[in-house]
Amino acid sequence: MSNLLVANSVSKSFGNFKALNNVSISVPTGSIFGLLGPNGAGKTTLIRIINQITMPDEGSVMLDGDALQPHHIQDIGYLPEERGLYKSMKVGEQALYLAQLKGLSKSVAKERLKYWFDKLDIGDWWNKKIQELSKGQAQKIQFIVTVLHQPKLLIFDEPFSGFDPINANLIKDEILQLRDEGATVIFSTHRMESVEELCDHIALIHESNKILDGKLTDIKRQFKTNTFEVGLQTDNINEVTRLIKDKFEVFPATFKNLNDDLKLNIKLNANDTSNDLLSFLTSKAEVHHFVEVVPSANDIFIQTVKNN
Amino acid sequence: MNHLSLIIKREYLTKVKNKSFIIMTILSPLIMIALIAVVAYLTQLNNNKERTIAILDESGLVSDIFKDTEHTTYKVLTNTTLEAAKEDVKTNETYGLLYITKSVDTTQFYNNVTFYSEDTPSLTVISSLENKLEKKFQDIKLERDGVDLEKIKSSKTSVDISQESFSGETTSKIDNVLKLAFGGIAGYLLFMFIIIYGNMIMRSVIEEKTSRIIEVIISSVKPIQLMMGKIIGTSLAGITQFVIWVILGGLMMLIVSTIFGIDFSEMQSSQQQLMQQAMESPEFESQLKLAFAAFQNLPIANLILAFIFFFVGGYLLYSSLYAAIGAAVDNETDTQQFMMPILMPLILAVYVGVFTVIEDPHGTVSTVFSFIPLTSPVVMLMRIPFGVPIWQQLLSLALLIGTFMFTVWFAAKIYRVGILMYGKKPSYKELYKWLKY
Repeated sequence: MSNLLVANSVSKSFGNFKALNNVSISVPTGSIFGLLGPNGAGKTTLIRIINQITMPDEGSVMLDGDALQPHHIQDIGYLPEERGLYKSMKVGEQALYLAQLKGLSKSVAKERLKYWFDKLDIGDWWNKKIQELSKGQAQKIQFIVTVLHQPKLLIFDEPFSGFDPINANLIKDEILQLRDEGATVIFSTHRMESVEELCDHIALIHESNKILDGKLTDIKRQFKTNTFEVGLQTDNINEVTRLIKDKFEVFPATFKNLNDDLKLNIKLNANDTSNDLLSFLTSKAEVHHFVEVVPSANDIFIQTVKNN
Repeated sequence: MNHLSLIIKREYLTKVKNKSFIIMTILSPLIMIALIAVVAYLTQLNNNKERTIAILDESGLVSDIFKDTEHTTYKVLTNTTLEAAKEDVKTNETYGLLYITKSVDTTQFYNNVTFYSEDTPSLTVISSLENKLEKKFQDIKLERDGVDLEKIKSSKTSVDISQESFSGETTSKIDNVLKLAFGGIAGYLLFMFIIIYGNMIMRSVIEEKTSRIIEVIISSVKPIQLMMGKIIGTSLAGITQFVIWVILGGLMMLIVSTIFGIDFSEMQSSQQQLMQQAMESPEFESQLKLAFAAFQNLPIANLILAFIFFFVGGYLLYSSLYAAIGAAVDNETDTQQFMMPILMPLILAVYVGVFTVIEDPHGTVSTVFSFIPLTSPVVMLMRIPFGVPIWQQLLSLALLIGTFMFTVWFAAKIYRVGILMYGKKPSYKELYKWLKY
């Protein structure tokens, strides 16, 4: 798969503070790329460099094989974390203005706006002023403006902050649809549950350095601990527990289940397969629950950040 | 460039459609006219008040100098004492009593004259009385010392040097006044424009920051386009408002004066009345002819072009300074301290213009200041009527426009970097680095 956006060893300092240190990322075409990291890690600086708001001190950024040029602005849609709109301007006029700044003609912009306004069911807002809308409503407008010029690359910086769950879901579905239509999405957040749902690839930035990147499933495989969550039913809980503990490394487990089972996290011994574990368990008790523990993005995030 | 026109259009339309802008556009001339009308009405009321002033002249020297005028009647009292006169004045509700003692010491008149009245008399009444008395006492002194008053009168001469250049153009003193007036008006207009609309440009530059749309905008357009668009768009809105003010003000002045019958030309001080008298004299007619000649002597075409270019250039330069301030600060409250320093060079320019250009239009000071961009709009406009070579004008204009472009470029730099600073103070080394980017 080719990469739409490649950043090569990008560094940026503000005074004595190094905001980015030799960061490289590759964003595959047609993927949703999660740019993760704690607050102040340097995510927004990297995004601003991609948007040509600021220049890297060192390193380069390539879009579609070319070094970034001013005309690439039209190929990028950017929804910043700090967002706002002209308060005293009417919704429609404002959307038209911002679309024209991105290079759309007035008639095309109008047509597409009508499509989006109908789609999100906000057609009657055209003549309202932004200051008459709620925060969530204004965010919808902002989302439309971001995607209206059908850019190849969409960059969302914390897109769900300020949305209620219903609208967040609506926007999430729109992002997925845009991806399916061929757009590449960079998605910066520190909220891990949305990462699980959306991202194909991630890069984790911590204290100005990239500490982890790759396909999300690969990373999960890399972080898996060969641990299985099991629920067993037996008349002799103490005896079974003792038997298992003799043979395996065991951690307590909590999950919801119908029966009042013996609940355990069991780590496979080296060279064992899951079948070995399962057959051992079935010989001792009735197995009701058997699931491999897959590390969540949240676990990976916290673990990696702590280790660094 | 397409972006620029879009930005200009947006800036212009949002300013012009803004409710407070519309209200001020209509209300300002109304308020002005109302104020003028009130003042005019009150002045008329004041002037129409008739006064009677009683004179008790025990010395008998001065009673003949008080001649009744339209609003003042003098009542000369005779054969009465001061006490009786005071009583009389009180009961007859006369404005006041002017009392001159009998034993007038001709060296010290001022001790011997007193004005009695119910309330404190108005300053104009007192000074008009003083003027009359001073003139009379002076004559008395002169006569006492044996001077023939007629001779003094006839000795008064006025010399008017007629001026002519080697090429045969006749000029006069009025020339200089006219020339200075031209520069002065241009400077004053520029001053007013900048005070009224400079702030508006600054606020418009801050707008993106307060509404937090800045990152969206800055990722779509270049900051320099944004700055330029804001300056031009806001200026056009300002010009629109100004033109409407002039037209509306003129119209309303006309309407008010016809409806209420207030003659605005009547609102004039005594000095203007003197001017009017002077105008009627034959001497003035020749002066008027000279003034016309002086006007024709002016390089009219050059002046008009220079006025347009230097006015626009000067306005743009000062606007760009306001834009730079707007670019550097986060919110409007931080801007107050910057307002005065910006206007200082302009005030300096007017002073330089008035004090040095009139003395020596092509001297070092005038010439230097007519090239410095911050003062050139005013000083050069004052110099041009005295004849300035075209190359100097063009050079000065080029400097002006160049400085304007530089300031806008600089403002754009500050603007772009300002959003990334996270509230840290930049070092000079960094400032230099921003400029390179």
